[in-house]
This record gives sequence, C-alpha cells and structure tokens, in this order.
Amino acid sequence: MRVSEDEEQIEPEVLPLDGWHRARGARMVPFAGYDMPIQYEGILAEHEWTRNHAGLFDVSHMGQLLLTGEGLDAAIEALLPIDLATLKVGQQRYSLLLDDNGGVLDDLMVQRWPDAIYLVVNGATKWDDIGHLREHLPDEIGLNHLDDQALLALQGPEAATALARHAVGDHSLDTLTFMQFGSFTIAGHPATISRSGYTGEDGFEISIPAEAAETVADLLCAEPQVKPIGLGARDSLRLEAGLPLYGHDLSPETSPIEAGLTFGINKRRRIEGGFPGADRILREIAEGTARKWVGLALDGRQAAREGAEVFAGSNAVGSVTSGGFSPTLGHPVAVAYVDVGHAAEGTALEIEVRGKPLPARVVPLPFVQHRYRRKGTTQ
Amino acid sequence: MTRYFTQDHEWVEVDGDTATVGITDYAQGQLGDIVFVEVPAEGTALAKGGEAAVVESVKAASDVYSPVSGTVTEGNPSLEDDPALVNTAPEGDGWFFKLTISDVGELDGLMDEAAYKAFCDTL
Repeated sequence: MRVSEDEEQIEPEVLPLDGWHRARGARMVPFAGYDMPIQYEGILAEHEWTRNHAGLFDVSHMGQLLLTGEGLDAAIEALLPIDLATLKVGQQRYSLLLDDNGGVLDDLMVQRWPDAIYLVVNGATKWDDIGHLREHLPDEIGLNHLDDQALLALQGPEAATALARHAVGDHSLDTLTFMQFGSFTIAGHPATISRSGYTGEDGFEISIPAEAAETVADLLCAEPQVKPIGLGARDSLRLEAGLPLYGHDLSPETSPIEAGLTFGINKRRRIEGGFPGADRILREIAEGTARKWVGLALDGRQAAREGAEVFAGSNAVGSVTSGGFSPTLGHPVAVAYVDVGHAAEGTALEIEVRGKPLPARVVPLPFVQHRYRRKGTTQ
Repeated sequence: MTRYFTQDHEWVEVDGDTATVGITDYAQGQLGDIVFVEVPAEGTALAKGGEAAVVESVKAASDVYSPVSGTVTEGNPSLEDDPALVNTAPEGDGWFFKLTISDVGELDGLMDEAAYKAFCDTL
C-alpha cells in the first residue's frame, strides 16, 4: 500500500503549539512550511464534533500583517478590490490580492483597526504576499509581520458558549456578529477576537501572543464542548461549506469571477475600477466567464480528487480542484471549474477517477448550509 | 497457515496455494478513517507488486499491491457497505481479497511477523 499524497521537502518550521499538539496525540505532517496536526482522534470524529459542538484549530501558520501609515486606505485599495470607506472599525471583510491580470495571488481577511489595517493571509503564500505588498505599497506605509502572534479558531455551534466563559471585554462576546471583531482578554492575555472562520459554522478566530497560546488552548479544551481538531477535518469542513482553498481552488490562473467570488469585488470598486486586473474583472462581471467553479455531488462512496477530469459525454469540460468524502452528507463531493455550458444546477456530468467514469451532478454551493451568527438573527 | 508481510504494509496469509490479502494495522492507522475500498473482481489475474485494490481515507487514496502473483477467487463483499472494517479489523474481517497463488516461491522474499514489526519500528 502506498499513500499518494504530496510531501514537502523543506525542513518544516515549528508552531507555538507544536509540543501541545504532540502531547495530545496529534499526527503531525508538513503543511505550508510548518509541522501541523493533521488529526488527533480521527478526521470523521473531529469533523462531526465540530459540526455538533466546538472544535479548536491551530492556524498559527497563517500570516498576520499590520499595515499603518499616511494614505493607507488608498494604498491598499490600489492592490485589493475592497471598498475601505465602508469598512468601519470593528468590521472584518473577505478580500483578494490580485495580479495585474486579475489572477488571484491570495485570498485574505481584512480588519479595520483604529489606526491600522490588519490582514490575515494564507500560510503557504504569506512570504510571497509580504514581498508583493512591500514592492507595491508606497514607502510611507509600514508593514509589520506579527509573527509573535498565534492564531486559534474555535468553531461550531457551542463555540460561543465555551469562549464566553473566558473572553473578558468592554462588551460581551455575544455582541459580535458574523465578520465583526473586538478586543478582549483571555486569562489576562490580550486577544483580538473575530466572529468568523472556515467551517461554515458559527465561531471565532482568536489572535493572541504566541507565549499565551498554550494557556488559552488548555483553557478552551478544558471546556466540555471543546476538542482540538486537525487540518484533515478543517479541509473536509471547509469543502462542505463551499469555501475555496488557495493553491487548489484559487490561483493566479483563476479569476475571482469564475470562482464565484464576485462579492469580493466591492460595489464602489465595480464602478470605479482602479485595482489590479480591473479591466478583465469588470468585463467578466458584465459579460460572464467561460467557466465556472461549481459544486458536484457524486453517487457511491469513491471520491474524485484534485486534478480529476470532468466530462460531458466524451467531451472534457473541466477539472476538479478539491474533492473528498463529505462526512455530513455521507457521499463524496467535489468542486470543479466547468465550462459554463455545463455549469447549470442539475447538469449530469462524469468525473474520471482511475480510468473509471463516476456519475456526478452539479449542485448549489455550499454543500452544507452555513450557520453563521449574522446581524439580526438570534441563536 | 503462515502470515507474511510486505514493505508496502500488505499482509498475506497462505494456506497451501490459496492466500488471503489485506493491509496491516500499521497501514490502517496511517490512513485514518477509511470511507471506500475497491477490491478486485473474481478471476482477475494479479502480478506480484501490481495494483490490486484501492483504499481511500477521508484524506487520500492509496493503492494496495498484491504481495504475490495469482488469480483472484473472491473480493471481500463486506467492504463495500462497511469500509471501516479495515480500520476496526484490518488483519481479520477487513481482509481485501483471496487468490490462488501461481508461484509459491514468490513468498520467499516476504517478511514474517517479527521482521515486519522490526521494519515498522524503523519508520
């Protein structure tokens, strides 16, 4: 038996919680340049626990960047299709780092702090992002890589209950709704907490000093609702939630419009343009794209994975960018870029896996409904 | 009956010229939760070291190789509905297929249980 997965060759870096993961029985694998926990008790159990209770994820490999300086908003708007005029202090928004052709260099979260803009970027791309930002931002803009900060995510329907027991702030944790953030302390340590995540569940992302990471992780995992969750379940949860994974579903070869991320091009920017690749992106918004990123539901139990070709009859019409078994649905799901003529909901297609055509049909994303705590909704 | 092991973590239990093949407890532990297994159909001719079956965990797909050459007499029918048998009983009810061995001499290069255990300890 040989496992067919990619292995990284470079010596991995060590996370602040490395010893903590190992002590809890995690299997560590190299990912994004770090040794990271792929699983503790098992991906299926961890996936299900997060959907029903609360899971703690260590995402300290991600890049936390702080931008400051005169003319900051305009400088950032020259690189991202975001409207910072509508992003108030305490709000977070999803955005995209684009190249001159409108290809996606990274997807990221943007927070407005009182005198700064804070970004969370992908771990595997953070060094390239920093290089890109340093090259393209004016000299008067300061870029601080907060590499002494850890980042934890607490996700699931019981996350708010568990975290509220430890997060102390001017306002209660529950005043935050989806994509809002605030300053709190946990066990006396400063914590910037946003109500957001990568699972489709209600939940929080918690930035804390690296030296506080073990204390905070221990406190949270001592709550009966909380278990540590590895990268394996993080991937199956985000796939069910229809959330793209950079480097797989998004790349410089994909435009945000064909990826279904038009919401990431904020309204004012669609009128004014002025961001990298605006010509192409505004044209695609007006005229549509040749292919679309769609959800595919498969029969049976055999999964179609990244790189598998999608067929309509004998014609190759696309390829899978992520796929796997959906623990919540009990069958495999995949996402793929598919020619627009075959992208309509309900279209019957086939995915070739190991020389065999597996029947699949186009279904709406997300595969599993999001359960975010949005403004105006009650628990 | 004698049980042999491969460096690719298959086991093969031999009784005369018939053999039962599966993956080891070490292998299932490395794979994690198994959600799909494809076993070869009866009559399939397998070559030693050739692809014989597919096992998929939530995370990845893996090939299972035949430890010896031969002709498949039965694939484990239970694995279609209950692939997790490979996790719970990898070296028992979670067997993959049975075959008639074409060259018993091929067994000579395989490890016995003690040698396999020593091999795993080096990984």
